[in-house]
Amino acid sequence: MTPSPGAPAVVDGPTRWRRPPLIADARLRWALLLGALAYLVIGIGSLTVNWGRAAEGWERGLRFLAGFVQPDFVSRWGDIQQGLTESLTMTLTATVVGVLISVPIGIGAARNLAPLPVYLVCRAIVAVSRSLQEIIVAILFVAMVGFGPLAGFLTLAFATIGFLAKLLAEDIEDIDKAQVEAIRAAGASWLQTLNYGVQPQVMPRLIGLALYRLDINFRESAVIGIVGAGGVGSTLNTALDRYEYDAAAAILLLIIAIVMVAEYASSWIRRQVQ
Amino acid sequence: MSGLPAPDPAPLWRRRSALAELVRWTGWLLLVLLFVVCWELMTREQIWAFVWDAPRQAGDLFQRMVPPRWSYLDQLWRPLWDTLNIATLGTLLALAIAVPVGFLAARNTTPSRWLVRPLALFVIVASRSVNSLIWALLLVTILGPGLLAGVIAIALRSIGFIGKLLYEAIEEIDPRQVEAVRATGAGGAQVLDYAVVPQILPALAGIAVFRWDINIRESTVLGLVGAGGIGLQLKASVDTLAWPQVTLIFLVILATVVVSEWVSSRVRHALI
Repeated sequence: MTPSPGAPAVVDGPTRWRRPPLIADARLRWALLLGALAYLVIGIGSLTVNWGRAAEGWERGLRFLAGFVQPDFVSRWGDIQQGLTESLTMTLTATVVGVLISVPIGIGAARNLAPLPVYLVCRAIVAVSRSLQEIIVAILFVAMVGFGPLAGFLTLAFATIGFLAKLLAEDIEDIDKAQVEAIRAAGASWLQTLNYGVQPQVMPRLIGLALYRLDINFRESAVIGIVGAGGVGSTLNTALDRYEYDAAAAILLLIIAIVMVAEYASSWIRRQVQ
Repeated sequence: MSGLPAPDPAPLWRRRSALAELVRWTGWLLLVLLFVVCWELMTREQIWAFVWDAPRQAGDLFQRMVPPRWSYLDQLWRPLWDTLNIATLGTLLALAIAVPVGFLAARNTTPSRWLVRPLALFVIVASRSVNSLIWALLLVTILGPGLLAGVIAIALRSIGFIGKLLYEAIEEIDPRQVEAVRATGAGGAQVLDYAVVPQILPALAGIAVFRWDINIRESTVLGLVGAGGIGLQLKASVDTLAWPQVTLIFLVILATVVVSEWVSSRVRHALI
């Protein structure tokens, strides 16, 4: 075949634009892809599924879904009510106590207010509280003070301390220095500086964070009951152990409803405060 | 004494008016009252003898827990590997579902603002309001104990998290790039592929790694309800009061969490 006389000259190299690949080195790209594939094969292979058991459970799953359509609030209402009361009360008390303890620790963990030794101690407390999960802490507290909401209260308060103290300390480190300096220049002592120079700057955020933590604490209170720390989690666990799916569905719907109400309420209050 | 008349005492400076002060004090008083009521309700059935006994119990527990039983470590590698699998496969499964949900929920990419968007938002909220441990509790009764229940539980909880952060990222993209690509005559799918996806890909990768890190944490305790992983060993050890083994498992979990946090922060720094 001979090219027709009007044809353009052949251009070397690609004539179409292509996106540059994410990883420039072709070998690395293929190695990563193959590695990921190999992991997927091994990982999915390690999921041993007992299909007979799953088929048996399928009918139970349908019953559970049916439970959501017709939740049974009535027949276990006494248990549900007690569980919810425990959850709500331990959420509130744990948040209040947690905030009260986390404020001094948060101040201590702010590098611009605290001397180095205090800073290190407070940061260590924060690190310990944050790295232990609620449910593990709950196991330990249940072993110490026995079953019931008090163990849950201690767990949630402990978890609140790490969360709030860390965020509060970061907030304090970000404040406007000029205001603090102005207060100090007026002859204020350390405590007065804290009260008039720092506190007004972080208070709205602190209230917002406390409300957010209240929200988290309620969600967690629904979980730590599984290891015996009281609350609606114990009620849910019992309902599932008895295969009472309609009661379990009712409890789950109540939890979701309360979480949603709490989320809306806390975001509304936060908007009012800020 | 000079003969000058004493100046009027200047009114003392106050931060707030008297009314504002009163409102605030009432608010705090109500909070204190609520706290007291809640405390009374909560501790109605508390047996205080157990609580006063707690320091002794704690000391006793500590004595039983130390030293950790190091030889038990040999039996922990397999559950640890299972735990990593639960977290990783769960995150991947969640990504596969959350990415479409995120696109459906974002105001600028949703096909229908009145029908599809609320539906996608509902999926996100429902998934977020139930803890993965509760999902696991349900799935174990349906699927039976095992890794699969754990993977699905992790995925169900992560869909809401990834979907929410993803749709917020999509809503914040630069519309000029979308317009530029559309001006070249690109169709809907091509606009998504060439204008939207490149803008959110770093954010998506960051979110995925962040959630993977959280999932590692959560998957270590899923075994408490029978959903596989190292939590199974934890439950067995707690139930048989084998406290030296519990200590070792706590240490292994702590080390895993610290390593995964380090990995995820390194990856996120490399991405952003």
